[in-house]
Amino acid sequence: MGSMLSGAEAVSLVRALPGVDAVGLEARAAGLGTRSIKKESKAQAIDLAIAMIDLTTLEGADTPGKVRSLCAKALRPEGDAPPVAAVCVYPAMAATAAEAVAGSDVKVASVATGFPAGQVPLDVRLADTEAAVVAGADEIDMVINRGAFLAGDLERVFEEIKAVKAACGEARLKVILETGELASYDNVRRASHLAMHAGADFIKTSTGKVGVNATLPVTLLMMQAVRDFRAATGTQVGVKPAGGIRTTKDAIKYLVCVNEVLGDDWLSPHWFRFGASSLLNDLLMQRRKLTTGHYSGSDYVTVD
Amino acid sequence: MSEQSKPEQGRSKQGAGKRGAAKRTATERNTTELARLHVKKTYKLYVGGKFPRSESGRSYAVTGPDGAELANAALASRKDARDAVTAARKAHRAWAAQTAYLRGQILYRAAEMLEGRAGQFTEELSAATGKEPHETLGTVEAAIDRLVHYAGWTDKFASVLGGANPVAGPFFNHTKPEPLGVVAVFAPQDDPLLGLVEAIAPAIATGNAVVVVASEAKPLAALSFAEVLATSDLPGGVVNLLSGKVAEIAPHLAGHEDVNGIDLGGVEDAALAAELEATAAGTLKVVRRPGTAGSSLDALRRWVEYKTVWHPAGMAAGVGGGY
Repeated sequence: MGSMLSGAEAVSLVRALPGVDAVGLEARAAGLGTRSIKKESKAQAIDLAIAMIDLTTLEGADTPGKVRSLCAKALRPEGDAPPVAAVCVYPAMAATAAEAVAGSDVKVASVATGFPAGQVPLDVRLADTEAAVVAGADEIDMVINRGAFLAGDLERVFEEIKAVKAACGEARLKVILETGELASYDNVRRASHLAMHAGADFIKTSTGKVGVNATLPVTLLMMQAVRDFRAATGTQVGVKPAGGIRTTKDAIKYLVCVNEVLGDDWLSPHWFRFGASSLLNDLLMQRRKLTTGHYSGSDYVTVD
Repeated sequence: MSEQSKPEQGRSKQGAGKRGAAKRTATERNTTELARLHVKKTYKLYVGGKFPRSESGRSYAVTGPDGAELANAALASRKDARDAVTAARKAHRAWAAQTAYLRGQILYRAAEMLEGRAGQFTEELSAATGKEPHETLGTVEAAIDRLVHYAGWTDKFASVLGGANPVAGPFFNHTKPEPLGVVAVFAPQDDPLLGLVEAIAPAIATGNAVVVVASEAKPLAALSFAEVLATSDLPGGVVNLLSGKVAEIAPHLAGHEDVNGIDLGGVEDAALAAELEATAAGTLKVVRRPGTAGSSLDALRRWVEYKTVWHPAGMAAGVGGGY
């Protein structure tokens, strides 16, 4: 739907977006963050959050062995806990991950396009994407060209996202806005709409590689953008906050936001994801607290 | 909020008026004005090197032996205990990795700080127990000496508890005591300072991090002792102090999987102590039963486990090891 627009049309739509009421946005996020979720609701929220995780390892030191053990954990985090949504790895590890999760519902997400900076020529970024898809990635996490975006060249950003989308083929495309580098809420709103017009299946907050990662207000803003986009075009787009979400408490705040802003339509792993690694351990510890009645400790979960 | 701030504003206005009047002579001021309003201390918890209130927002009145209210202390909840365990776990590794010498220096520093504030602790103990100041001064001095005593032990206990074992084979065989990790301590109920120091010092001297629940009825000296620790270069989180009800907090600490040892010295209810011991067994903790006394070496030995290493003698010689 969005891809029917030309770059110029999309950019003029994006430039016409109203500014963001920063104070109101932060107050709304803070308000939603105070909801108390207890007992059975908490147990449900924890299992839902586990099922929404893109279990991530994006280190220079990643080895096939480490990726395989991450996949084993993704398939069966613990006892009767549900499997996570996907494992998220570098393109070089996508084949290893695809082999390890083959036959399950767990997807392989691969970052691509010169992650995390994206400061490489477009043809290299496209080749990166194609290689990841060939290696077996079901989902591609691309980074937008922040250099072009901040320089005001929105059309170029739009065309690049479109090109990557075409290179993805069947794979779902998550577009990382890297909100920590976009400098303002207005820019986050513009980048969200631009990415959706260009054909993003998901918009994602961050790479996890810069100082400021996912925050509740920014994610709330992106949820509003996704909601407005569906109202305007009829196309549903997913949201993925990533980086800095480490505790069950944080995860539940995000779920409350999804429920309040987007409703049931988005409250599934198909439309909402957490990009995280250490979050899973905290969710498992909290889950065990609910079943056994006593607090668990870091000695009782895997060291990733 | 506004109700609370009103009397404060009233007070500061009054104060400003007084300052104007105080331009006259000192004698006049002493005779004509009321005594200065006493600034009361808010006794808070000590968790992760900070002094937070209870996350529950609760507090309880602490009274002296005559029933007069001394102060309010934070009433810790199970979540405060959980936060304290998290802080202790985080601090433990670095603390255990410090040199024994440095741990001794820091404990000695705590003794120095306590010495400098002996007067305050004497007063607090007298108010809490009703004893004469000369008696409580003796208690404070004993607590100082106890800290110095354990400061001396930090670089010696490993030699006493561990060592080289004679084995029949070409191996060097060493045993080394290592800290358990996180120890939950219920400090004695009727010995609010010395008993507390006696419980904490051996645990941290050996490299453990502790979560301490102070005497329920007399927590004030313990909470002030946290200020001594905070100014002694003790890394935040190595000692975490809570004030509150033993019966409320204890089951959560006894069942906590991230707690490696539990000192039930301050649990006076025998049925509760037995129950806690059973809960602790479910998560494999070292337990100190109430009423267990012993030498300071026993106290040091309580919170360590032993690692024994077999090292091939030939290899050590081959790599030029200094054996």
